[in-house]
Amino acid sequence: MAGDAAVTVSFPARIDADVSIRVVAVADAVRAAGYPGVRDVVPTYHAVTVYMDPLRTDLGRLWTGLEDAAAAPLDATAASRNIVVPVVYGGDGGPDLCAVARFAGVSPERVIELHTGKRYRVYMLGFLAGFPYMGAVDSRIAIPRRNTPRTGVAAGSVGIAGEQTGVYPASAPGGWHVIGRATVEPFDPSREPPCPWRPGDLVTFESVREVEGS
Amino acid sequence: MTIRVLEPGLLTTVQDRGRWGSQSLGVPVAGPMDDFSHQLANLAVGNPAECATLEVTLAGPTLEFRDDIRFAVTGAEFELYLDDVVVPMGVACPARLGSVLRFGPRGAGARAYIGVAGGIDVPPVLGSRSTDLASGFGGLGGRRLQAGDRLVLGPMARGTARRVAPIEPLPLPDGGARVRTIATPLTEDDGARCGEAARAGLMTTQFTVAADSNRMGYRLSGPPLALADETSMLSAATPCGTVQVPPSGHPILLMADRQTTGGYPRIATVISADLPLVGQLAPGDWIRFEACDRGSAVGALIAQQQRLMQFTEWRTS
Repeated sequence: MAGDAAVTVSFPARIDADVSIRVVAVADAVRAAGYPGVRDVVPTYHAVTVYMDPLRTDLGRLWTGLEDAAAAPLDATAASRNIVVPVVYGGDGGPDLCAVARFAGVSPERVIELHTGKRYRVYMLGFLAGFPYMGAVDSRIAIPRRNTPRTGVAAGSVGIAGEQTGVYPASAPGGWHVIGRATVEPFDPSREPPCPWRPGDLVTFESVREVEGS
Repeated sequence: MTIRVLEPGLLTTVQDRGRWGSQSLGVPVAGPMDDFSHQLANLAVGNPAECATLEVTLAGPTLEFRDDIRFAVTGAEFELYLDDVVVPMGVACPARLGSVLRFGPRGAGARAYIGVAGGIDVPPVLGSRSTDLASGFGGLGGRRLQAGDRLVLGPMARGTARRVAPIEPLPLPDGGARVRTIATPLTEDDGARCGEAARAGLMTTQFTVAADSNRMGYRLSGPPLALADETSMLSAATPCGTVQVPPSGHPILLMADRQTTGGYPRIATVISADLPLVGQLAPGDWIRFEACDRGSAVGALIAQQQRLMQFTEWRTS
């Protein structure tokens, strides 16, 4: 429960692909069921929150549906979408690449190899419209947030915060270490879909230019 | 059918009932801070409750009507002048082409709603006309009104009444408000981190709405609440009315423009029926929390909805 207009079903609290697969499956099942009164379904790392109109929702039925979806066998054939994101690492678009290299004790080129060498799961979107929380980055480059957030991070910036990585969908203040600039369209609510990713997608980054000036 | 903005007021935005259905993409809901007064403003001029109104904050705008049109102002108490003649709140008033609506001094409450027959017709974004200030879309270009703006109105609903009902508005804060909350935590994580001491503290403390409060949320100042566990936790959803407790111990009450997810422990949630009252609090006002169960919360919401429905029935009879 969460107040009188939302219900939440939660799973073990960890950043874990298996937990996330379950979360996305429950969210999809609730959407597909089309319960009257449901306003929004929000999958996060380890929970699904269903927003509803308390005057139009049969809470017992919704709750049973959530429990059934949470206990149902996972569809082994359900495939995630794969998305490749081209990134210019370093230079003006990646002002923290060298800081991450120092943190890891490796060259900037090696940071790029480590960042492009993994496939990341989109666990959830939040913070900004279209901002994907992805993971998990290689522990060697899992640098914590900056001590002092930047007042302006450019749209398309690719950042790292601990074992999470993400892409700024619009210019915003932000505390993540920025290692490159992705060539993706910024969040556009007039486009369908407004951003390239949704929870459950798998993302790989591709380096599209040599690092400059590091 | 248009309205011209002569003076924008402190923070005047276009709002409908919110941008639902896109939170999984990180898109905030936005919508009115006082949804009851928003609906009332619409019903008073014969609109469906879903039409867009103007939300006025603390100091009102000056508007020039460019057509003969009905409008109604609900919510926070303001002295209202139409061409320098006092007009009442809460009822539909006719304006003529060239009439100027001006807001005078404010009484109780923080936010007023201007409903106009036909509603404010800005292009819907992801299914809503609400202004999302942080994302920069919805409403009029994703921003607050500015002097010189022109607002286009939608087509008027047919068969609207000429008479208006004497509507009893919801009580407004009297320097502060007691609001009812449901204390069930969103997840087990939230419950474990908050602990009994913080929960007891929340219910026995009188907080003050701090100056740096806004449509995203209210910062509540008072003695800090002691969390049982300050280790960081995974981000999860943030319903409107959520009271979250950051490590500082100073609670934040999340409101209409809140982000879709957050990583601070959630200690309680304000019941839906009391969110309009919270939306009428101004910086400096006090707030106290009371415990409530879900049955009473839904009962209070039904009572509010019946009030709005009685009004529509009376109006159309």
